[in-house]
Amino acid sequence: MGRVTCTAVPLDPSFVGRSYPPTAAYQVGREKIREFADAIGDDDPVFRDREAARAAGHSDVIAPPTFAIVVAMSSWHVLIDDPELGLDYSRMVHADQSFRHHRSIGVGDVLSTTVHVDGIRTAAGNDILTVRCEIADAERNPVSTAGSTLVVRGTSEQEGSA
Amino acid sequence: MTLRACSEVAEGDELPPLHVTVTRADLVRYAGASGDFNPIHWNERVAREVGLPDVIAHGMFTMALAGRLVTEWAGDPAALVDYGVRFTRPVVVPDDGSGAQLEVTGSVKQRRDDGTVVVAITARSGAQTVLGKATATVALRN
Repeated sequence: MGRVTCTAVPLDPSFVGRSYPPTAAYQVGREKIREFADAIGDDDPVFRDREAARAAGHSDVIAPPTFAIVVAMSSWHVLIDDPELGLDYSRMVHADQSFRHHRSIGVGDVLSTTVHVDGIRTAAGNDILTVRCEIADAERNPVSTAGSTLVVRGTSEQEGSA
Repeated sequence: MTLRACSEVAEGDELPPLHVTVTRADLVRYAGASGDFNPIHWNERVAREVGLPDVIAHGMFTMALAGRLVTEWAGDPAALVDYGVRFTRPVVVPDDGSGAQLEVTGSVKQRRDDGTVVVAITARSGAQTVLGKATATVALRN
């Protein structure tokens, strides 16, 4: 305890409201959906079998609802790679997550993500970054909105001894 | 599975609970499937270096498991239109041959006129809740 030193530079609040150009396309693959569904232990056939998906009213296999995080997280590199923002990924913790699905993600979708910085604040020596990923299809129709609160933990001695 | 009808649902209904065992192997599989290779989810040394008691599960893995409670009950994963959680406590996954136990429960909080239903979710590992404000909105059959 005692002296508090922070080696990290706080995130610049002027980044609030900024958005980045849409990311390169993410193509949703059949085996990737199956792999993800297996990993979360969900045996629903609509993630694996085209006929089962069609019987449920879909044109083909769909992805589990939280598969959208795979697409969203792959777009976070625009934040990590922005030298002006100076985000230290190694000290970043995922604090909350939300999804609004405009439609299901399906096999063959070609998705692009626009990353928006909705908020930056500091609390208890930590930077709290609110990020919104707008995921759209090849026709630029909205597919999913993924909102994340990311906490960049401070490196104060006080926190280290807590 | 078929999509559940809104008329079958009443506020206060309990969803069938979900019990899942989470092992280190599950975390490695989720890391590969999701692309999240943060070592705190598979490397004890790194987890302890950053002040964690042991390797912890990906928050998104817990969120995915809790989502299954809702989509299995609703009868169609596409019915889940809104889903949000806070990662309040980590699910600690020891390398002891048995892993961590996750218990997910939920109840219908609200039935809306537009056919959507709001489900409040509780996820526990051991005696502690691990998700906060976990809420899912599903669009059921009218």
